[in-house]
Amino acid sequence: MSRTDVRKTYKLYIGGAFPRSESGRTYLVNDFSGALLANAAKASRKDARDAVKAARAAFSGWSDRTAYNRGQVVYRIAEVLESRRAQFEVEVAAATGASGAQARAEVDAAVDRLVWYAGWTDKIAQVAGAANPVAGPYFNLSSPEPSGVVAVVAPDSALLGLVSVVAPLIAVGNTCVVIASQAAPLVAITFAEVLATSDVPGGVVNILTGEAAEIGPWLASHMDVNGLDLTGVADADLATDLEAAAADNLKRVRRAGVEDLSASPALDRMTRFLETKTVWHPMGL
Amino acid sequence: MSTTLQSDISDATSSNAALRRFLHGLPGVDQVGAEARAASLGSRSIKTTAKQWALDLAIRMVDLTTLEGMDTPGKVRALCNKAMRPDPADPTCPHTAAVCVYGDLVSVAKDTVAGSDVHVAAVATAFPSGRAARTVRVADTAEAVAAGADEIDMVIDRGAFLAGRYLDVYDDIMAVRQACGPAHLKVIFETGELQTYDNVRRASWLAMMAGAHFIKTSTGKIQPAATLPVTMVMVEAVRDFRAATGRQVGVKPAGGIKTSKDAIKYLVMVNEVAGPDWLDPDWFRFGASSLLNDLLMQRTKMTTGRYSGPDYFTLD
Repeated sequence: MSRTDVRKTYKLYIGGAFPRSESGRTYLVNDFSGALLANAAKASRKDARDAVKAARAAFSGWSDRTAYNRGQVVYRIAEVLESRRAQFEVEVAAATGASGAQARAEVDAAVDRLVWYAGWTDKIAQVAGAANPVAGPYFNLSSPEPSGVVAVVAPDSALLGLVSVVAPLIAVGNTCVVIASQAAPLVAITFAEVLATSDVPGGVVNILTGEAAEIGPWLASHMDVNGLDLTGVADADLATDLEAAAADNLKRVRRAGVEDLSASPALDRMTRFLETKTVWHPMGL
Repeated sequence: MSTTLQSDISDATSSNAALRRFLHGLPGVDQVGAEARAASLGSRSIKTTAKQWALDLAIRMVDLTTLEGMDTPGKVRALCNKAMRPDPADPTCPHTAAVCVYGDLVSVAKDTVAGSDVHVAAVATAFPSGRAARTVRVADTAEAVAAGADEIDMVIDRGAFLAGRYLDVYDDIMAVRQACGPAHLKVIFETGELQTYDNVRRASWLAMMAGAHFIKTSTGKIQPAATLPVTMVMVEAVRDFRAATGRQVGVKPAGGIKTSKDAIKYLVMVNEVAGPDWLDPDWFRFGASSLLNDLLMQRTKMTTGRYSGPDYFTLD
């Protein structure tokens, strides 16, 4: 007797849960050759609103954790991703047409990137912060603090692009709402399953699939979003509109344009979404 | 129904046994049916101009409340200013119906809202438990009224009610109403402690027969506080009471209503169950504090076209 196929429904990832789009919409996702892979949820503005709410609710708990603990959690994502690498190699190959070796290399790079950012969580303050010399009996310390909720348009890369934009944000204590690559959203939702089983609190990372041109403006103009990462926006007009909308509440913006994701990263993805807090503290008490 | 019921009502208060007979003779509430009806009324979709109208109405119906042991005159003044001008950035935003404070802070509130249409409501009668001698409860009320309270929110003695001493509760309400003088009286049942919808319906009739101007679900100190089905049972009671006696009584759900979506569900329910006569701050109120900010955020979203955030509204 033949067995019935058990196919996965690809849904959104909001607040640690996997809801369907509030709108009930889906869109077809094809593999590199144009053959149907699956339906993905097509998020609406209300899904984006719910995701921001979840990210805001998660922010104080996540940013209050010690940097050391955040490092452990990010490292845990790497561990779980490594343990499911076979599935990711298959999905990356299906989405992009990469050869077996290329897909393996992409998963390797994604795991390594997570480990790299995990190591930075308790070191970024030493590099981005300072003990400032002042003319008086005071310590004057500048310390970096996370901006808050950051909305991200992820680049069009199946796995490495998503990891490269999310890992630095959560490493420094931000929470985020990510619009996954429209062409390759399935790997992003599978990655959400990794996040959900890696001690990352619900709401710290929220992943939406759908059209960046539809959801992006709502996130860019949302007054409760503190930062906007436009890495994956290919359309220059859209990027301009999003930057203009972001100006209303002075969001920190990382401008559009994909760098070479395979190159080793710099610190700018972390420091872009940090605020510097400077405090005076009397000496010798 | 009306003529027989009216004579029933005047007979009912002659003794505890008669009152008990009357209240237990009220038709029972079908719990499953009431919850299903409330849930189905809560599924209506209210959008665009209707939503704008509903948000403004809900703001006008808010009794902005602070009932904490740590309340200070400064906090009450801030609350009053917020009640008078909920959104300082938008002069078209209406003021709330009232502020609701403890009796000892009435004079502070009264001074602050002077010259505006915002009323001052005071909780009285040994709020929130109601466990004190009648003389103490009446004195508590009289003091709040003397300090200038426009409305008194009293609690009933739930112990007496649940023990079946209905006439005691009735006499309590009568006595407090006497002490209120010109002030309006809201009677709080603490529905979370009354256990059944039947009891809620009986308490509603009891309070209305004793002359309450408003019946109110909860103190906000007990969970569950206001729910849609329990409020619906009370709204049915005020509708039936007006049909029987010609006197209209208001309803105030309090506690646990935190979002605009919830508030709009209540408005839909009131409109469908009792009718548009009750869609007015004189006849329906929300006892709330955090609800107001959510209403303001939704209102701002409607006018600016972008989502707002809690950073832009004061915490009261």
